[in-house]
Amino acid sequence: MTEPGLVRTAVSAVLLVLGCLAMLSASVGILRFPDFYSRIHPAGKADTLGITFVLTGLMVREGFTLVSLKLLIILVFMLIASPTATHALAKSAYIAGLGHWKKEKGKDAP
Amino acid sequence: MNRRPADNPVAATVSALLIPFMQIYALYLIAHGDLGPGGGFQGGAIFAASLILRAIVFGLDREEERRLDNIAGLLAASGVLVYGGIGLLCMLRGGAFLEYPALPFADPKTAYHLGIYGIEIGVGLAVAGAMLLLFMKTAGSRDD
Repeated sequence: MTEPGLVRTAVSAVLLVLGCLAMLSASVGILRFPDFYSRIHPAGKADTLGITFVLTGLMVREGFTLVSLKLLIILVFMLIASPTATHALAKSAYIAGLGHWKKEKGKDAP
Repeated sequence: MNRRPADNPVAATVSALLIPFMQIYALYLIAHGDLGPGGGFQGGAIFAASLILRAIVFGLDREEERRLDNIAGLLAASGVLVYGGIGLLCMLRGGAFLEYPALPFADPKTAYHLGIYGIEIGVGLAVAGAMLLLFMKTAGSRDD
């Protein structure tokens, strides 16, 4: 790893913090959303976004090396696999007949 | 080959794309286990996971199920055989169980390296076989 300069360190730090924020919001979303279908939104989308930010930040920090190539391969794998897993989960829940959440009167989300 | 069409075209396309890479990566983990992160256990688990993913997404007909069942048992048993065989070979050569320098190689360093290599392969086979067996016995349709 070549020692990153000021600009690269700053860019990678910003990307890493953005990724952590996205992952944190995904975790809060999984805990707070009311039912299965809305919970897989943070699991599938915000998580993928957070991983993209974190891995891109690490790649910027690393520069053009074999390690950053491996990070890129992991990133491509995650970008393909994570939405597919979410899709399969949602479809099998729909086929199994899981209903969606409706807001009841005078009752807040669980 | 007689195969039922996949229920889910998205999952089918993506798994067809990713399964070869998963298997290559599993073999890489087993082969690279003594030099870097990973090793026999992880490699075997990923290899079995690729076969399980294929079975879940595309389904198995009866012939394939019977064959996979047999292969899983064979893999698990031969993994234990490789592991124990290397250990017992060390004992036969006058060392302790798994004392690699006792293996019949000229250089103790080479013996150490190849001994760990063989152990990793054994662990990989055993883990892949055991995971496949667990899947086949809990999700399979045969009861014997």
